[in-house]
Parts: sequence; C-alpha cells; structure tokens
Amino acid sequence: MPPTRPRRPLHRLVLRLAPTVLAAGLALPAALPVQAQPAPAPVTGPEEAALLRALGDRAGLTALADDFVDRLLVDARIGRFFKEVKPKHLKQQIADQFCQLLGGGCAYDGDTMQKSHADLKIARADFLALVEVLQDAMDAQRVPFVVQNRLLARLAPMHRDIVTR
Amino acid sequence: MHLHPHTPTPLRRLLLASLLAALGLAGTPAAAERGKLLLTGGVSSIDGAAGGGLTPWAVTGSYATQGQWGATAFATAVRTGDYRMTVTGVAAAWNETLEFSLARQDFDTRATGVALGLPGLRLKQDIVGAKWRFAGDAVLDSDSPMPALALGVQAHHLDAGGLAPTLDALGARRSDVDPYISATKLFLAQGVLVNGTLRATRANQNGLLGFGGTASSRRRLQTEVSVAWLLHRSLAVGAEWRSQADNLNPSLLGDGLRQDNWADVFIAWAPSKQVSLTLAWVDLGRIVPAVAARRQTGGYLSLQIAQ
Repeated sequence: MPPTRPRRPLHRLVLRLAPTVLAAGLALPAALPVQAQPAPAPVTGPEEAALLRALGDRAGLTALADDFVDRLLVDARIGRFFKEVKPKHLKQQIADQFCQLLGGGCAYDGDTMQKSHADLKIARADFLALVEVLQDAMDAQRVPFVVQNRLLARLAPMHRDIVTR
Repeated sequence: MHLHPHTPTPLRRLLLASLLAALGLAGTPAAAERGKLLLTGGVSSIDGAAGGGLTPWAVTGSYATQGQWGATAFATAVRTGDYRMTVTGVAAAWNETLEFSLARQDFDTRATGVALGLPGLRLKQDIVGAKWRFAGDAVLDSDSPMPALALGVQAHHLDAGGLAPTLDALGARRSDVDPYISATKLFLAQGVLVNGTLRATRANQNGLLGFGGTASSRRRLQTEVSVAWLLHRSLAVGAEWRSQADNLNPSLLGDGLRQDNWADVFIAWAPSKQVSLTLAWVDLGRIVPAVAARRQTGGYLSLQIAQ
C-alpha cells in the first residue's frame, strides 16, 4: 500500500519552510527550481515516534507486514492483485514504507503509490478490503484498536492515489 | 418485526417485499463483497434514513460502495413511560451517493388516547426519504477536515385516525416535506464520528402530531447533533441531541402540547456486514404533557439487516 508522499507531513514541511522560502523568494526572485527538487523525506515528529513505538518499532512493523502480505495473497476479494508480486519483496517494501512514514529512519525505495497502482484498476471496494485485511493483521499482532486507527488515519488518504477505477 | 398484517397498504406491501428480499439476499456470497467498513453506513434512524437513531447522517445505508447497490431493512421499538412506538422500513443505496428510504412509524398513544376519548388511538406516519451525498468523504480523507455533505428530503404523511379533527382544529397539517443538510466526519485517528444536521421543519413531535399549528406554521431550522466513538470495529457508543419546534405551544390546551428536545445515548453492534443491533436510552421530553406530564424516557432497540 505504499505511497511515498504522505500528505500531512508534506503540508507540515511546507508550513515549516514557508518563511525560509519566502525570504529566499524575496532575495532571489528569479531562482526557485521547486519542481526540480527530489521528493523530500516525510517530516515526522513526536506523534509519529510514539506511534512507531506503539507498533513495536522496526521489529513490530516487520512482523505486521509479513502477516499483512500473507493475508493479502490469500484474500478472496483482492488476492488477485498480488499474483505477480514477490511476497518477500512486498513485505520488505511495506515494512520500509510504514517505517519511513513514522520517522523510523528507513529508506523506502519503491515507486510512488500513484505509479505502482496506475494500471491495476483498483476500485474503492478493493481499497476498503485491503484496509480490512490490515485490520485483521493488526488484530493478530495484538495492536490495540486505538493504535490501529492512528496508523490507518495516516494510510487512508492514499486512496486518492491507489483507487484508479 | 412489527408488520401488522391488518393494513395491507401498498407501502406496507412494498416494505414487506423489500424486507423479505433483503433477508433472502443477506445470505448470498455477494453480501461479503459489499465494500464499506463496518458501521460506516450508520444504522437506520427512526425516519428511515441511514444515520444515528434519531437523526440522518451524510452517509448512505448498507455496505454498498463505489458502483454498488445495497439495501437495508430495519425494525425499531421504542418504549417510554407512557408510549410505545414501532418503526419498520427499508432503504436502498447506490455508490455511496444516493439513498432512498421508506419508513412507517406506528405510535401507540395508550392512556393518552383514552384520556382524549380516543381509546386505542394509533398514529401512523409514513416517511419517504431521498438523500444525496454531494461532496466529501466521511471516512478515508483523514488528512483533511472536510466532512461528507449530503442533502436530503423527507416526505411525511400522517394517518392520525380519530385525532385528525383535533389536529385540523389546531391548524396542524398532516403531510409535509422536510429538507435537511447533514455533515459527517469520522476523525479516524481518534475513532470519533461527528455529525451535524440542519433540518427545515415545522413537524410536531417529528410529525406524529402533524406539522405547524397554533403557535407557528412556518418551517424553522432545527439542529441535530450526533457523536459516536468507535470502541472496536464492530462496536460504537454515542449520544445524540435533536432540537424540536414548539408550534403547538400555546394552544387551546395552554402549554399542554409543548414539545421538548430529544436526546439519546446508544450502543451499536455490528457482528457482521449483514446485521446490526442498536440499543439506546432515549429522552423524548414531554409528549402531550396535558395528559402525560412526565418526560418520556425509556428504551430503544433496533435491528437492521443489510445486504
């Protein structure tokens, strides 16, 4: 489920950088190659750090991603989307992505959510099924419900890039 | 299910047929593929629209999501100190965008009917509703404060039985159409859902005592608020509050027909996407205090079947 550009952190980054950019803009009105910048790593704070801890840090995310992918592969509704995927690779990517999203200092090197899902004709029902599978995996990993919701709230906006049908 | 067979009106037949259809389809494999997350279609309100128990929300009933049709059927029983009411109804929803609903309320006036010289008086109200979610996403846009927004309309028709001449004398009409707008947002990280509804209405006790009257015959905006907290995927607790007009106060009975605001606290449980059960404690304020002086508090139980 991995998008590289979580919107909230990006907004936060923009807000944080706004005074600097504004100052730079005033000083150098001609030179702002904003579009050419590489995608910034998500800016995370104490909220993300607390969530990462609540999910069992890096080891917890690895266990969660393993279970999540195992469940996705056999899911009657959406298992077909993962037929061509190497499970081991997907597990690694999801763990990396969650970890990066939560400021765990991991590098996620996969495609953007938009790019990796562009040709899959994913409907909203498929995305919601994936959410349910993730909830099942979190239940199995004994992630408390309130923690589940905090993670889901960071992932749910990805529907805008993933749902393509 | 309280489908009294003695009044085979077309609406009742339609309700029954839809209910049986929903029951029949609830067991098919297709039901498992309806997409929405548990409880995110709300429950069936007493007006038939998807929402909380007393108020519609900007969500569509059933678990049908993008490109899907879904249906619900429900039966609700409300029991207060002096009154009993049953509500039965059905709703169909498409694409998380449109919802059509039918509900019949059957209000047993009990001792109040006797006191009014109308023993056995039952007030029967049919409500036909339509709802259009025209913007926003209540559930998945968790990075934005934008709620789901819906416009709705509810056409009420009251069969007041022997009370009809009294309502006429009070200047209360027996049919009316209420437009409303609802905004619903699930704050996903917190697991808290909030809804606000504004309804333009002149209904007396939600239409059970007609529409408009001696004090006012104009529609006014009434506010309805719901807050629900998800304890688990399948379990929510919450509270609702709904303001009411007071169009029959004063009347020839002085303040004997005054109305109060409604409120409830509820717990809703959806063991599966086919069934939900809602239990509530309601406070409907005073209803015809000329005869029944106390506040009408009591229990509310609602069963919904979805497919």
